[in-house]
Amino acid sequence: MLRSPSGVIGIIILLLAISVAVFGPLLFPNSPWRMVQRPFLPPFTLSTVPLGTDALGRDVFAGMIFGARVSLLVGLVSTLVALVVGVPIGAMAGYFGGKVDDALMRFTEFFQTIPSFALAIVLVAILQPSIYSIVASIAVVSWPPVARLVRGEVLSLRTREYVQAAVVTGQSNSWIILREILPNALSPVIVLASLMVATAILLESSLSFLGLGDPNLISWGYMVGAGRTVIRQAWWITVFPGVAILISVLGLNLIGEGLNDALNPRLSREGR
Amino acid sequence: MLSFVAQRVVKGVVVLLAIVVLNFFLIRLAPGDPAVVMAGEAGASDQVFVQQLREKFGLDKPVPEQLFIYVKGIATLDLGFSFRQQAPVAKLIAERLPATLLLTLTAFAISLVLGIAFGTFAARFAGTFLDTGITIFALIFYAMPIFWVALMGILLFSVTVDWLPSFGYETVGANLTGFAHVVDVAKHLIMPAMTLGLFFMATYTRMTRASMLEVKRLDFVKTARAKGLSDAVIQRRHVLRNALLPVVTLAGVHAGTLIGGAVITETVFAWPGIGRLMYDALLQRDYNLLLGVFVTCSVMVLIFNLITDLVYRLVDPRIEFAA
Repeated sequence: MLRSPSGVIGIIILLLAISVAVFGPLLFPNSPWRMVQRPFLPPFTLSTVPLGTDALGRDVFAGMIFGARVSLLVGLVSTLVALVVGVPIGAMAGYFGGKVDDALMRFTEFFQTIPSFALAIVLVAILQPSIYSIVASIAVVSWPPVARLVRGEVLSLRTREYVQAAVVTGQSNSWIILREILPNALSPVIVLASLMVATAILLESSLSFLGLGDPNLISWGYMVGAGRTVIRQAWWITVFPGVAILISVLGLNLIGEGLNDALNPRLSREGR
Repeated sequence: MLSFVAQRVVKGVVVLLAIVVLNFFLIRLAPGDPAVVMAGEAGASDQVFVQQLREKFGLDKPVPEQLFIYVKGIATLDLGFSFRQQAPVAKLIAERLPATLLLTLTAFAISLVLGIAFGTFAARFAGTFLDTGITIFALIFYAMPIFWVALMGILLFSVTVDWLPSFGYETVGANLTGFAHVVDVAKHLIMPAMTLGLFFMATYTRMTRASMLEVKRLDFVKTARAKGLSDAVIQRRHVLRNALLPVVTLAGVHAGTLIGGAVITETVFAWPGIGRLMYDALLQRDYNLLLGVFVTCSVMVLIFNLITDLVYRLVDPRIEFAA
């Protein structure tokens, strides 16, 4: 992992983003909702408000720091929830095969066919926008690839000799799945998970941009959405939060690629 | 071939039915008694009127019967009534559908053509400066949220240099006809289509590149080379054709994402398609319209998936049409 340059850049970006999310609000306690200066203050004019203010005189820099919390949190938690749903479904489908496999995979395919972003919009709108409904709807639209991946891995692993040995020694199905099979199916799941966090951050920002964010939490997508109508007067309100999204997602994608090269050397890309 | 198509259509109809049932329960999850909400939206809310609405829409019937009525309604293209817009949902969607198709298909074509071209290029010059450049660009575009790309496009091409219109489908009040009208629409189309296309272009670039490098190592390429075929012929006829298979699969998987991206793009550029309609429905909490658009999007994805399945079988001679 540390040998691939893209992986290292990705890790540096992620560590930076995490430390901003964790320590930023402590070092920079300006509330992102409070008016601190005149509206539409351009960036780089006052050192106390380095990135300027928005249409209501709120500090853009403070918004970006507090927004990091929401983006990273939603990205991580919704991915975890998606894993909690997708891994057991995939494992059961792959392990038991036959009718169980058929039923679970039809179910998975169904969720894969539904246009994911449209479903997320509908779910958040109907459940009312909150951090919980956002996490839930992102998880609902992002678990199917996990299930399919885990199923594929389990399918190939369950015929291995050590698994057969466990069956012969009379271990229970759940013990075999949890102790023998899943640990060996972990590395591609980790790669997928790192990419899913990136996608979840993009999804969250898109939902917030459309006005479906948690009304009590500032997020990057919300900031871009709020700055959209005044883009002709104040470019900085939309530019900076977007850059923050871009950099975080890029970092996570790079980590995913680095992990892929490290964990699946066979599939690692050529020409490097 | 025919039996294959028939089988896929049947499967699609089953999925569609499941989506409609899901839709039905989602509507019931929406906050508030639908009859009271409708009465409020219609501007009157005395008990008699609410009861009339309940009877009219069958809300006083047991749930399974309501579900049956709902499914029957959708089968006859009746998606309900939007009180906010004072029009049947199906009519509103039908009016907006052509604009969305124009946008998504253009974006899809742009992303596929440019993505395959860049990917082939990067693979051809793997390891060189050119390859690194293309790879980095693809990575960056892949990480940009669509709404932000859209806004940056407006900032660059509409605000900084006044080259392209920043919103709408045509110049309002210009009343252009014939060729002038086509040019006008095309001008309005460039930015939304590029915005939507760039994200997918990045994916196809990465996929084509990886897949080309993978195929290049295979034995049949060596054979082709041993036969003395020119490099260009090998690249085009042997490598690219095989390398495109995963790209086609990916394109099918992306249908849903493409439509989701259209919602965002249409919102930013005020493009009068069903994505914009969905956004309006969202702002007004018009659940009937919202779910109507959702069903329409699902149908579009199903049709798109069917087409990619067919294309896949055309591109890959190894797959037979037999079920």
